[in-house]
Amino acid sequence: MRPLTEDESKAVFSKLANYIGKNLIHLIDRPDEPYCFRLQKDRVYYVSESSMRLGISVARPNLVSIGTCFGKFSKSGKFKLHITSLDHLAQYAKYKIWIKPNGEMPFLYGNHVLKAHLGRITEDTPEHQGVVVYSMNDVPLGFGVTSRATVDTKKLDPTAIIVFHQADVGEYLRDEDTLF
Amino acid sequence: MGRRQRNKQPDPEPLPEPGAAAKPSFKKLGKRKADADIQSKRPAKKAKEGAAKSKPAAAAKGKKVPEAKGKAKGTAKQAEAWDDEDEGNAGSGEGWEDVDDDAKMADGPTFDDDEGLIGDLDEFDVDDDADDDPLRRPTQELDLGSDESDDEPAPPTSRRAAKKAKKAARPPKVIPTASDASSSSSSSDDDDEDAAADRVTAANFAARSRALDAQAAADAALDRAELQRADADGAGDEEFAGADEMEEGEDEVDTGVAEGFVLPTAEERAAERAAGGPDVAAVQRRMRECVRVLGRWRALGAGTGRARAEFVEQLVADIASYYGYNDFLAEKLFQLFPVAEAIEFFEANEVPRPVTIRTNTLRTRRRDLAQALINRGVTLEPIGKWTNVGLQVFESNVPIGATPEYLAGQYMLQAASSFLPVIALAPQPNERVLDMASSPGGKTTHMAALMQNTGIIFANDASKVRTKSLTANVHRLGCKNVVVCSYDGREFPKVMGGFDRVLLDAPCSGTGVISKDASVKINKSERDFALLSHLQKQLILCALDSVNAGRAGGAYVVYSTCSVTVDENEAVVDYALRKRPGARLVETGLAFGREGFTRFRGKTFDESVKLTRRFYPHAHNMDGFFVAKFKVERRAKAAPTADAEADAPVKAKAKAVEAEASLEEVGFDEEADKPYLEDAKRRRIKAKGLRPPRRTVEAAA
Repeated sequence: MRPLTEDESKAVFSKLANYIGKNLIHLIDRPDEPYCFRLQKDRVYYVSESSMRLGISVARPNLVSIGTCFGKFSKSGKFKLHITSLDHLAQYAKYKIWIKPNGEMPFLYGNHVLKAHLGRITEDTPEHQGVVVYSMNDVPLGFGVTSRATVDTKKLDPTAIIVFHQADVGEYLRDEDTLF
Repeated sequence: MGRRQRNKQPDPEPLPEPGAAAKPSFKKLGKRKADADIQSKRPAKKAKEGAAKSKPAAAAKGKKVPEAKGKAKGTAKQAEAWDDEDEGNAGSGEGWEDVDDDAKMADGPTFDDDEGLIGDLDEFDVDDDADDDPLRRPTQELDLGSDESDDEPAPPTSRRAAKKAKKAARPPKVIPTASDASSSSSSSDDDDEDAAADRVTAANFAARSRALDAQAAADAALDRAELQRADADGAGDEEFAGADEMEEGEDEVDTGVAEGFVLPTAEERAAERAAGGPDVAAVQRRMRECVRVLGRWRALGAGTGRARAEFVEQLVADIASYYGYNDFLAEKLFQLFPVAEAIEFFEANEVPRPVTIRTNTLRTRRRDLAQALINRGVTLEPIGKWTNVGLQVFESNVPIGATPEYLAGQYMLQAASSFLPVIALAPQPNERVLDMASSPGGKTTHMAALMQNTGIIFANDASKVRTKSLTANVHRLGCKNVVVCSYDGREFPKVMGGFDRVLLDAPCSGTGVISKDASVKINKSERDFALLSHLQKQLILCALDSVNAGRAGGAYVVYSTCSVTVDENEAVVDYALRKRPGARLVETGLAFGREGFTRFRGKTFDESVKLTRRFYPHAHNMDGFFVAKFKVERRAKAAPTADAEADAPVKAKAKAVEAEASLEEVGFDEEADKPYLEDAKRRRIKAKGLRPPRRTVEAAA
């Protein structure tokens, strides 16, 4: 477990900022306890400082996970956000999209969100913006990237994709072998 | 018509206020449930009498739940009703359970705080009347209240009356045990509380023996008819050679053992085996007879002229062949119980335990989760009074392990018995907790929920592969205070110590979960038990050493296994108590369960082992389980040290005196030693080269 280098931090924060924007500061300066990011075997973990200090006593080959895993770095250095970060993203998300009950299952199977499944969407969502996908009961289901701005979605026909799928909670079942 | 008969409830309890609205009739409930809701809603909102009044309503409504799942209207009304009470949580941006509410939930049943509960919410009250539904009968509810006392208290009588009415349709058991023959109020099928009713008391002994005899006579008649038919088919089978003997009625016993039941001798058994094994019906018959004879040995067995041990041996062999166990395991499990209960245990292992889920209180409330699942078409009910996060699933249109609620981490599929060690351990917020064998993570996530994501939990599992599912579950349920590591549990105080609580759910033989994994029946041998027991003893010592004993209030260790054998449970606990004087057993805090054995087949354990708890599939309708809670404290040295110094010289003197006394006891006999002493003297002088004096006394040769 080691802290992130400058470049790694930049990659992680830019990815996160795509979804939560300025609220990123809340991830670092928390009122209750300072949290930090640590890297273990190419995976980035978000963990409270006290837990991190206790976790140091676990040797590197034996440490599997600490706190919450946000994502991992690929071999070429790109950072990919995993579904396990959903909790924190959902808490601070700026742009949200709610999908209708009939659209839940297709999204959970890994498909993109179609216009026909759209329930609600925050007002001023720009194009290619990271959004968090909720069900109508306000249960976070995953996150994605918008294909068009909010104003443009009205012009689309029902079978058009409005949100590109990035991650969904169905991956806990579909990808359970590769998730960790 | 038949269904109405079966569903008939006893008269409702009298209402406290005469002014309250009349209980909606059964007819009304069947037709317009929504209206019935509205009707009862109004008066119930008046005052707290809602709780008392709602019980009879719930009793009637409880059974409607299976029909309810199709009724969207009814459920929509329910949803409305529940939303009304929701304290400002509905539809907000966070939409998650407020952390503070967990404190509320931690005390007792949660639903008593809402007065004026209407309609179907009551089914989520911890309400016993609701489980009278015959549809639910095969998947057993846990009613654990009266398992504690073996004397039947008054309260359950009304339910018993209701149950008696429903016994008609029950299929007869394969191996009727002594309990079956008794009055209909007890049966091992009926796992609620009735195991305790099997006790023979002076009052019902006569009735029971008469019933037994009547049954024996009936059975005998049936058997004879069977035999005659079998004979006609072709009696080349060795088995029936023995049976012919039976027909002759050699050993007539007075009190009605099935006419001339004779225990097959060793030769007959060998012949049986040679003929390719006995047939199932004969084995059943024999088992039944052996159980009867052993159950009333003085009355029945003495006359047969065979030793009790032979009956036992035959019964164990039959159990092994009938249920499919290897001989070693059949004997081992048989020795844990009295005869009739042993049969119940083996029977219970053939039937799966109910599916249960645990609400993740970090994300949702049990009530909301239940509502959401009901909307998807799942029939469920709270498990019982002892837990406020458990739900039992009866049937489901959707795969319960793949609903969006499951994926969102609102619940975890977990056996009811796995709740117990965490309830016993009771981790508090801001503590440091270790879970030594935590995969796949049900108990770890439960602890994180109880600690409200504060403090830190070290979740360890020796197998790296299994840590994957552990980590996935930890993340799915939103536990943020968990460190997952993969060490052999025995390394633990070395890696890190000073924990406030440790949970050790030790790897075990799995004899308590045979209903889940039948391969345990055949692949466990003596060597397996020896190895496992050794490993468990090492692990428990490491667990006891990993705590911070100097902590204010002491540190706690909970040891649990999913096994029922003594050498993995009480023996390990006793070993730990002997090896770690700073540890002692304390109350587990579980309201039900049988006490652990303090003596077993010649082995005696510490008296405090009584504080451990055992759970059985046939008695509690959960997997076989064992829970022991240790408290580790530094031994108080204050008083003894002051006296130690004063005592020391006194002690030393006492020791010296003792030594002398012992010397005197042994003593030396001067006379007998003289010749030897003289001899030695002469040798010494000779060695010097001088001439020794003449011998005076001849040393004995």
